[in-house]
Amino acid sequence: MAPVTTSGSLDVEAVRKDFPMLARTVHGKPLVYLDTASSSLQPRQVLTAMEQYYETCHANVHRGVYTTAEEATARYEGARVAVGRFVGSRDPEREIVFVKNATEALNLVANSWGAANLRPGDAVLLTEMEHHANLVPWLMLAERAGVELRYLAVDGDGRLDLSDLGRKLDGVKIVAVSAMSNVLGTIPPLHDIAEAAHAAGALVVADGAQAVPHFPVDVHALGVDFLAFSAHKMLGPTGIGALWSRAELLDSMPPFLGGGGMILDVRLDRFVPADPPHRFEAGTPPIAEAVGFAAAVAYVETLGMARVRAHEERLTEYAIDALAERLGEDCTVFGPPAGHDRGGVLSIAFRDIHPHDLAQVLDQYGVCVRPGHHCAKPLMRVLGVSATARASIGPYNDEQDIDRLIEGLTEAGRLFS
Amino acid sequence: MTDLEDLYREIILDHYRSPRNRGELESPPAHRVEGFNPLCGDEVVVTMLVEDGRVADIKFAGSGCSISQSSASLMSSAVKGKPLDEVRELIFTFKSMMSIHQASLGSNSTDGEDADDSYNGNGDGNGLADVRKLGELAALQGVVKFPVRIKCATLGWNALAQGLDELDAGR
Repeated sequence: MAPVTTSGSLDVEAVRKDFPMLARTVHGKPLVYLDTASSSLQPRQVLTAMEQYYETCHANVHRGVYTTAEEATARYEGARVAVGRFVGSRDPEREIVFVKNATEALNLVANSWGAANLRPGDAVLLTEMEHHANLVPWLMLAERAGVELRYLAVDGDGRLDLSDLGRKLDGVKIVAVSAMSNVLGTIPPLHDIAEAAHAAGALVVADGAQAVPHFPVDVHALGVDFLAFSAHKMLGPTGIGALWSRAELLDSMPPFLGGGGMILDVRLDRFVPADPPHRFEAGTPPIAEAVGFAAAVAYVETLGMARVRAHEERLTEYAIDALAERLGEDCTVFGPPAGHDRGGVLSIAFRDIHPHDLAQVLDQYGVCVRPGHHCAKPLMRVLGVSATARASIGPYNDEQDIDRLIEGLTEAGRLFS
Repeated sequence: MTDLEDLYREIILDHYRSPRNRGELESPPAHRVEGFNPLCGDEVVVTMLVEDGRVADIKFAGSGCSISQSSASLMSSAVKGKPLDEVRELIFTFKSMMSIHQASLGSNSTDGEDADDSYNGNGDGNGLADVRKLGELAALQGVVKFPVRIKCATLGWNALAQGLDELDAGR
């Protein structure tokens, strides 16, 4: 039964009961988990699915003919279909590649599509707010292949400056952009960017690591050509992620990693690669993790992504308002004001207290936030800080968590006054 | 004392709020070393003037958390004017205090003899990790309970050690 209140919104109290980690204490205080942008917690349903898989039908996939091997393969391929349908794929058997995480998915695009299609002088359009995962693979490619990198700027409100998008697209072959910033929470108008990119003859790869877990994402509605995301940020296990792309696009791409499972034939002087998606899945894949990924998808589908988004949008607004009301000008939250184009990632500066010290004090109150540059060093330079303390929310967070965050910040203020 | 009070002792907060020897010496003649903690983006710049076998002057600059900045401040006060062999011993003693092994011995243990024994071996005989010799620096002892912060506390010290090594090598 879906954890829904009588008014049709998410029943957070019921959701919280599904997460075993929320039952523990830290330094004698109940755990307040505000680091979902790094990695989410897992509901019991995901853990049980993985355990049940290992206890009943573990075997390697696509190899054995015995019953449990068939069962394991069916679970693995079933997970592919579930994950694909979740993001709107119409042909998930051919359009979803399982990878280690969103980072590997983006490396796959840069290395396979990039190396096959980009020539010296071609340009790649990125943004100043990209996570290193959607930046370093392109920097590596630029060094290797003489490709030019361009960047869309981030404006004073933490939104992308699209005023010169048309000009910057000239000569661009691919646009690589985050569907939601892991630092600012910014949700850029991906559909508009994709339309402009396609008109200019460029493809679009979206880093969906923060977007897919927090609002309904449909690859066709967004109009992107590639979408990368990770299971462990959306209530699933670590060690698995997915790359979605259109079947014919994947079909045109050379293999990325070589090994078992990704070939049709191998001779001593050549090999014939398998069709996608297996072409991109060398070696034994993370099978139990795929089972857990599918269980996570089933779980959030039960919650309803629209309900999850509505809850998180409301909580984000509560947090931004409460931080401003109770801490005043001592507290800065980077990124756009609360609204439809903003997710629940709150990068905080509090007085001149270093984020590491803030996070350390917060830990004493059981509050988990992440201090640092959040793998977005170029963006930190744009914001004029070396680091922030980041609180990020998930479907299991409530107003009380935000109140505890603010109490902890107040204590830090007292200690460092 | 709670862990947090142990980490943020008054003397640490004092050096954080009012850092000693902050700034940069003109280089040259001073020797300049930069230290980075890629994990958190902390950076410290240590400039040192070594004359007649002593650290004649030292300053530190940079930005970072209270632990990295106060540790660099405490370090600058502790080594300024000291002969190089004493400075090197201090670096060794401080870094020993910052090791997990030392933490497991317990900072207030009564069997300090054993602790000292386990660190004997550089000819000093008084125990290399004898925190009593560290004076104010011993305030940073609480950091070992927070392993990720050890890198913050040693940032300035590693820069100083690197600088002395570079000067030794004639650079």
